[in-house]
Amino acid sequence: MSEAAETEKPKKKGKWTRRAFIGAGVLAGGALVVGVAVRPGNPTDEMKKRLAKGEGEELINAWVKIAADNKVTAIVPHVEMGQGSQSTLAQMLADEMDADWEKVEMLESPATARYASGAIGREFLAPTLEVPKILEPTVEGSFLKIADMMDLQITGGSFSIRGTGQRDMRTAGAAARQMLIAAAAEEWGVPAEEITTARSMLSHKASGKSATYGEFAAAAAAQSLPVRPKRKAVGEFKLMGKPMPRKDIPSKVDGTAIFGIDAKVEGMKYAAVKAPPVVGSTVEKIDANAAKTMPGVLQILNMGDFVAVIADGYWQAQQALGKVQATYSKSEGQSLDQDAIFKRYSDALDEAGSDGGDTEISEGDAVEAFAGAAKKVTAEYKVPFLAHATMEPMNCTVSVKDGKCEVWIGTQAPLRIRRAVAESLGLGEDDVTLNNAFLGGGFGRRSEVDHAIMAARLAKAAGYPVKLIWSREEDTAQDFYRPSSTSRFEAGLDEKGRVVSWNNIHTHLFDPQEAPTVPYYAIPNQLVRKVDVPMHLRFGPWRSVDHSQQAWFIESFVDEVAEAAGKDPLVLRRELLEGSPRHLAVLNKAAKMAGWGSEMPGGHGRGIALVPSFGSIVAEVAEVDMTGEKPKVSKVFCCADVGFAMNPDAVKAQMESAIVYGMTAALYGEITIKDGAVQQSNFHDYQMLRMNEMPEVEVALINGDAERLGGAGEPGLPPVAPAVTNAIFAATGKRVRELPLSKMNWA
Amino acid sequence: MSITMTVNGKQAEVDVDPATPILWVVREQLEMSGTKFGCGIAQCGACTVHLDGKPVRSCSTPVSEADGKAVTTIEGLAGEDGTLSKLQQAWISEQVPQCGYCQSGQLMSAAALLKRNPNPSDEQINAAMAGNVCRCGMYGRIKKAIKVAAGMETSSNEEAAA
Repeated sequence: MSEAAETEKPKKKGKWTRRAFIGAGVLAGGALVVGVAVRPGNPTDEMKKRLAKGEGEELINAWVKIAADNKVTAIVPHVEMGQGSQSTLAQMLADEMDADWEKVEMLESPATARYASGAIGREFLAPTLEVPKILEPTVEGSFLKIADMMDLQITGGSFSIRGTGQRDMRTAGAAARQMLIAAAAEEWGVPAEEITTARSMLSHKASGKSATYGEFAAAAAAQSLPVRPKRKAVGEFKLMGKPMPRKDIPSKVDGTAIFGIDAKVEGMKYAAVKAPPVVGSTVEKIDANAAKTMPGVLQILNMGDFVAVIADGYWQAQQALGKVQATYSKSEGQSLDQDAIFKRYSDALDEAGSDGGDTEISEGDAVEAFAGAAKKVTAEYKVPFLAHATMEPMNCTVSVKDGKCEVWIGTQAPLRIRRAVAESLGLGEDDVTLNNAFLGGGFGRRSEVDHAIMAARLAKAAGYPVKLIWSREEDTAQDFYRPSSTSRFEAGLDEKGRVVSWNNIHTHLFDPQEAPTVPYYAIPNQLVRKVDVPMHLRFGPWRSVDHSQQAWFIESFVDEVAEAAGKDPLVLRRELLEGSPRHLAVLNKAAKMAGWGSEMPGGHGRGIALVPSFGSIVAEVAEVDMTGEKPKVSKVFCCADVGFAMNPDAVKAQMESAIVYGMTAALYGEITIKDGAVQQSNFHDYQMLRMNEMPEVEVALINGDAERLGGAGEPGLPPVAPAVTNAIFAATGKRVRELPLSKMNWA
Repeated sequence: MSITMTVNGKQAEVDVDPATPILWVVREQLEMSGTKFGCGIAQCGACTVHLDGKPVRSCSTPVSEADGKAVTTIEGLAGEDGTLSKLQQAWISEQVPQCGYCQSGQLMSAAALLKRNPNPSDEQINAAMAGNVCRCGMYGRIKKAIKVAAGMETSSNEEAAA
């Protein structure tokens, strides 16, 4: 394939290849998104004005800025919510361009379509990879239209490093370096191949010439962009693969880090809100008599879908809101209780039987193989709804003035917010400016737009800037929940104890599509199906999305199958992974770390689980102590293969984090519905894992394939719940078939 | 009502409803945003500040209780010349924060602990820190950083150099 052909827009979905991918990345990152060379009429001109403000600064391309003082700014199109990807993206770019890490700074790209994270859209087009559903609404089904792909700027799906980093940042860094070399070669009259680069310096040994990148920034900007810049091989990495300290951390230890809730806007007032407890209801009428005379109260508004109090201070707004009496309309969902929801699931599963429902994967004939099996195993599992409970409650500050709007927020989806705010105010998207701050946790919740629309409508109604802050109670009761689900399994074993049939049906499937399937397990007959059970609640992506339910179902049942086959859970998994060497290596490493098979004291047990997700493979072994009043998870050993860990310490931190998030759900996480409304309200009844319950966690990494990176933010979560419940079985012989564990009687 | 207190060593006078929680006075009247709102009912610890050296949940402590007293927030944890405290340095060396939202409160709870107990045991650290939720789950790193700051363990930087 010629280079020119590589830069052409591919015409068919199936034609995307790895080679075309990187070529197209340069094209899309250059000509179509932001331009690469700084030339009149090029779209880059506008970006140049916004980003290259300093004396002697030249914009080299979309993702990097080099100033005359030799300072390099990595322009990162992803937000920072704790996952550390802004810093790691800068690390990848700096390494490819041989920049001096000490002089590298980061800038979050402005929320405009020209800065959209195109790699996410392009990745979707690659036939072998699926884009997380979190991104779909903005793509709007037009996956092959470049313009629509560019209308993304989302952080989610464990995608920043493996998508944007691997495709855009590295390519941009390599291109920038090549352009700097070309500019120096021209000026010095020496062959480009003889010029070396290190720590933001260009050197030519034979002539003794050297210069900083900054000195050649302007000349480099005039160079044409290399079509396919040469990126480093793993052996040439200087920063990638090293545990570099994250650049966002110092501001997070001295109180200077600015989150969405910290926005300061001239003349702003504070809003507290309450939406009807049952989603779908509206506010029929309010009695504001007691509230309106309270100190600081400026306005009390019935917005139809919620009640708001605007006051001089937030506490005043909250106090007054508590005195507003509201009545709500009746709605469809208000008769629904938690038991009725699970009954709906059972009825739908009963109706689908052994071969009904929507087929997700079908290999061989699982039903027939089960019928002829020597031994049969069946089980049903249930998991509850879950809230995200980000530490920073939902909030948004908006100013609407003279047909223009400005938004201050911490969001995973800046462009989606901008569009939603524009639509709600009847403005054009270009009339809305968005300022994104750090996110006090995202976990999927901050990919939604509901709170921003509320704030925009309030600012418009009020006539002055408004900072809307949700109470914790509102945050808990008005979430986009991780769905509850029920899953049923049938497995058949032959006379030798080999698994010959795997048949699963579960309620609900959102994303990723592969979450309920087990193609990596060598089982000849596999059938996986789903049934949809609609209801009034709002659902959204929750860290690891469907893997959070499906992995617990699958890995619990694998243990039950092992028990039925009379095999050790590790031994059975090894047999099932005979055709999946990377998975097997991860499994074996975790087992080895934990000393699998060694003696444990009475009442203690060990459980294992392996889950591939978001392009990575993670195995975890949990140790539990069941001698006390309730289960205590004492240790978790984790082995992760993310392809290649660009910042190993940051990847380990993500595994540690996901383990706690997953353990919190397994031990305590439960949102229940009564009369259509969420019953939980704050951390006292929606409990979090705390330091006194923190197990010792040990993480090991395997770099299994540097060409195929996986995600890090989510894959550590799915294995932990099944590892814990499998350990409980090992310790007690009690099989856990419903979460959370706090529901069970351990006496 | 006028309330007079010392905030991070400086005299501050505010005219507010005495029932207003310290959290909102610090954030809105004094315009220091490092102290965070998390739950409003003293369940998560994100709002922790020191009142005369003792850790309190500022979301549930009325400002009237601070009248005539000293309040220390995260902005006052470093030395007067801006030198980070040992705890803050350890928070960086152990790469503790992820989203960072709870960390002001974590640091204030940890600082109060080390002040009254310079060599805390694991159980004592657990007891002092159990009121602070970290949704990013960095409890292991927080504990390690506390021990590093207390001189009970070597930092990850030193371990890497060794």
